[in-house]
Amino acid sequence: MLDHILSILIFFPALAAVFGFMIHKDSMRAYGIAVALIEFGLSLLLWYAFDNSVSGMQFMESIPLIPSFGINYTLGTDGISLFIIILSAFFTFIGIASLTETHNVKYMIITLLFLQMTMAGVFAALDAIVFYTFWELSLVPMLYIIGAWGGPLRIYASIKFFLYTFAGSLVMLVGMLFMAYFYYQATGVWSFALLDWYRLILPETFQLWLFAAFFIGFAIKVPMFPFHTWLPYAHGQAPTIGSVILAAILLKMGTYAFIRFSLPLFPDASAYFMMPVAIIATIMVIYTAMVAYAQKDIKQVVAYSSISHMGIIIIGTFALNVEGISGSIFLMLGHGVVAGALFLLVGVIYDRRHTKTMSEFGGLAHVMPRYAAIFGLMMMASVGLPLTINFVGEFLSLLGFYQQSHIITLLAGTGIIVGAIYMLAAYKKMFFGEITKEENKTLKDVNAREWFALIPLAIITIWLGIYPKPVLGPINNSVEAIVQLMHNKSTTELAKERIPDLTKHKILVIKETTVEEVN
Amino acid sequence: MLSPVNISMESLNVMTLAPMLIPIVGALLILVLDVIKGGLHKSLYVVLSLLFLAMDFFALLNGANVFSANGTMLGMFDVMLIDGLALLGQFIIVGASMLFIPLSLTHKRFHEFSYPEFFALFLFMIAGFQFMVATDNIILVFVGLETSSLALYTLIAMHNRDKSFEAAVKYFTMGALAAGFFSFGAMVLYALTGSVEINKIALVLASNGYADIGYVLVGIAFMLAAFAFKLSLIPFHTWAPDVYEGASAAMAGYMSIVPKIAGFVVAMRFFEFLVHSHIVWLQVILYAFVVITMTASNMWALVQTDVKRMLAYSSISHAGFVMGAILIGTTQANSALFLYWILFAFTNLGSFSMLWISRQKQLPDHQMSDHSYDKFAGMIKTAPVAASIMGLFMLSLAGVPPFALFWGKLYLISSAVTSGYTVLALIMALNSAIAGYYYLKLIVYMFMKEPVVGADGSTYVANATLALKTIIGIAAIGTIFAFIAINPLLEFITAFVYNSGY
Repeated sequence: MLDHILSILIFFPALAAVFGFMIHKDSMRAYGIAVALIEFGLSLLLWYAFDNSVSGMQFMESIPLIPSFGINYTLGTDGISLFIIILSAFFTFIGIASLTETHNVKYMIITLLFLQMTMAGVFAALDAIVFYTFWELSLVPMLYIIGAWGGPLRIYASIKFFLYTFAGSLVMLVGMLFMAYFYYQATGVWSFALLDWYRLILPETFQLWLFAAFFIGFAIKVPMFPFHTWLPYAHGQAPTIGSVILAAILLKMGTYAFIRFSLPLFPDASAYFMMPVAIIATIMVIYTAMVAYAQKDIKQVVAYSSISHMGIIIIGTFALNVEGISGSIFLMLGHGVVAGALFLLVGVIYDRRHTKTMSEFGGLAHVMPRYAAIFGLMMMASVGLPLTINFVGEFLSLLGFYQQSHIITLLAGTGIIVGAIYMLAAYKKMFFGEITKEENKTLKDVNAREWFALIPLAIITIWLGIYPKPVLGPINNSVEAIVQLMHNKSTTELAKERIPDLTKHKILVIKETTVEEVN
Repeated sequence: MLSPVNISMESLNVMTLAPMLIPIVGALLILVLDVIKGGLHKSLYVVLSLLFLAMDFFALLNGANVFSANGTMLGMFDVMLIDGLALLGQFIIVGASMLFIPLSLTHKRFHEFSYPEFFALFLFMIAGFQFMVATDNIILVFVGLETSSLALYTLIAMHNRDKSFEAAVKYFTMGALAAGFFSFGAMVLYALTGSVEINKIALVLASNGYADIGYVLVGIAFMLAAFAFKLSLIPFHTWAPDVYEGASAAMAGYMSIVPKIAGFVVAMRFFEFLVHSHIVWLQVILYAFVVITMTASNMWALVQTDVKRMLAYSSISHAGFVMGAILIGTTQANSALFLYWILFAFTNLGSFSMLWISRQKQLPDHQMSDHSYDKFAGMIKTAPVAASIMGLFMLSLAGVPPFALFWGKLYLISSAVTSGYTVLALIMALNSAIAGYYYLKLIVYMFMKEPVVGADGSTYVANATLALKTIIGIAAIGTIFAFIAINPLLEFITAFVYNSGY
């Protein structure tokens, strides 16, 4: 079973979704929770069976799909993808368990299970075409979730979401075809296998073009400034569950793909484009943080803060050293947990008041103390308070980039300060002061179902903030392998300089010591 | 005193004619049957046609075996040419026809299918297409083209609506013009080279180094215009949307596949040597045809309010996309063309059949045309299975993996990449993204809008019978599980194309 655990993780929810059509709609929620729980259990089993000391791929499977064109169904996981797979299974479970949409709940759960298939597939795929397949397929369930259960502008938002990502990824597909063709030219056989591509060293000019092609696909997904405009619409219109999955997992596909594809395939180009990408990311951090401050709608605040945090992840990734990349992966998990929790929390208040405008609230801390407490915790985590999960990731990401450029790190750091401002301002507007609206006086506090979703997220937020090692260890291990691979593959001076060589140990030389004698 | 001609039957190689003769015999049999006893039910003719097409298919399989063993066959005074291209083309023609003909077993009664002539003409048409692809001789191509086209005009007109007559007359007029262009182009080329066989024309032109380049260009220009009419390349496409709208949905789906593959095979034979002859003008003009056809028809498809017209423009766009393969002209590109068209046949015939089973006799008030978008609003609530299948076909047409058409697009774009047409590859990719919008529009209507008050799901399957459902089921399964079939298909096609020297 362990040999095929990744395939099981991918296709079990899909199969369950197909069978789900036969289940009566009143029993659907129980079925969905059961399936998602099994899926989550399987993902934990994957973690249990995972060998932390191995930096390469584990649980590899390979079935030839189109051998004459080099397409194989190849799966595998390492420290980088392992935790995102677990996170996706976890959020599918939490999402279904806390589902509050009532109409057509059966189709919603079936769609979510299909979505879980595509998410597991994207993170486990080691063949470019298989990756692309799941990457594109993930758009369809999300399109349906936004378009069928969303707000008044849902159709516009869902089409915008689909077309942006679809257009970007088609350019990426051309890039993949080029990559396969270069591999064909070098070896005489077609291959879309990622591990085969890792062995290919391309001339710098090719790398620059291919990097750009992949970049368009990934940057739209992240979404990076200036391709980010689809995201606020998608979040604004999506139902709670849609926003949660979108923020927690789907956006991570872009940043994950940078680490899986762009960095190891094009090390010279990554080093070449490090500064431009970092500058875009910094703009993204600061600009979207400012935009977030100007929002009137609490969900938009969280949406823009998501983009802002994705900027930090990009900066960490493009630090091109172990601290930065590990930090960015950890921040992906951290941001997934925190942003997912914040969207859930926004959903809690939206269910009660059917509005997300902050001016409608005020003084909620009086009527909903438990809600205020958990919102406060998540908000602090989002701001990056030490001993919460986001702090670890943000700190490592910025630490990594500090070795490349001090000034950009400093600027990105100010983004975090602006983040604290808008988050605290939003919190103040909603929770403190007098209760101004009559409707707010009778609001019910968090109920059992919502607790059930929020408590685990709160525990993870604090646990991994205090003791990140069990997760950070395997991540670090795999990242070291990737950084070393990048260093070995790099050909230009610039890349050799920017990507550290891990085989050479750093030696600290202390130039001056003074010993004072104290009487 | 003329001496008697002595030809041994051996050298005629009559077997090369067998696949075409089978549908002709079938057509004659249907006509004779009608004379003996009239008023028989259409199901009889459907099954008879299906039987003859199946025999045709087996004859082709036999031909494929012989080709794999012995290579290209010539027959009938070297007029017939059975090579890999001819066989692949015929496989698609006969296969798609077999998927099409059961669509006439509708639940509602449609006028045209009660005539046995419909089925006779249909089989004659298939024989015409088969002649078109299985020869190197421009005159026989012309004969095949006209046989099939005249039959097709009649089949469209038999739908017996005002719009159908308009469509048939329009198609006929345009087709006549194209035939004129074709014969004029052929005449110029014959005057230049003294041959009506494409490979001899190529040889003669190459041996004199394209000396009369001006006349060659005149010939090519006329031939190109004729092909562009048949393949509905912009700006010779004007007939296509109206004809698709006028014809029944099933017939429109058929027209988007079978006549075009026949045209593509002839175009491939004709342009293969020309694109490798480094005539810059031809390269440029073909490039322009490909890009403009893909892009402009996509733009038009965006603004359509009728699903059938949208699919008509989308078919034009797909034809432009595939024309790119002829421009590229490598073995990989030519194989990609056939792969693409086989997958397209499944998906497109499936989506037109979905329109066909929802065909109403009377239009309700809110509906502007037979298949307007708002007819499909909220279909997921009233007819979930039909909506899911239609959504599947739309996703496949848009090129979402792992559905059928994605693999065709993948291989075709890859062939552009490998032969240095980087810009073309990007244009193809971006056009797929534009196309995503209008396919998505139907999905939005079906899945995200509320149904019209009082509508129930029966509208969408009003016309369905077991036969139609089976065809749609075959198309849907072919679309979903295409990824299993790609590898054997690709190996088969590549071997055939490569061994034919293309």
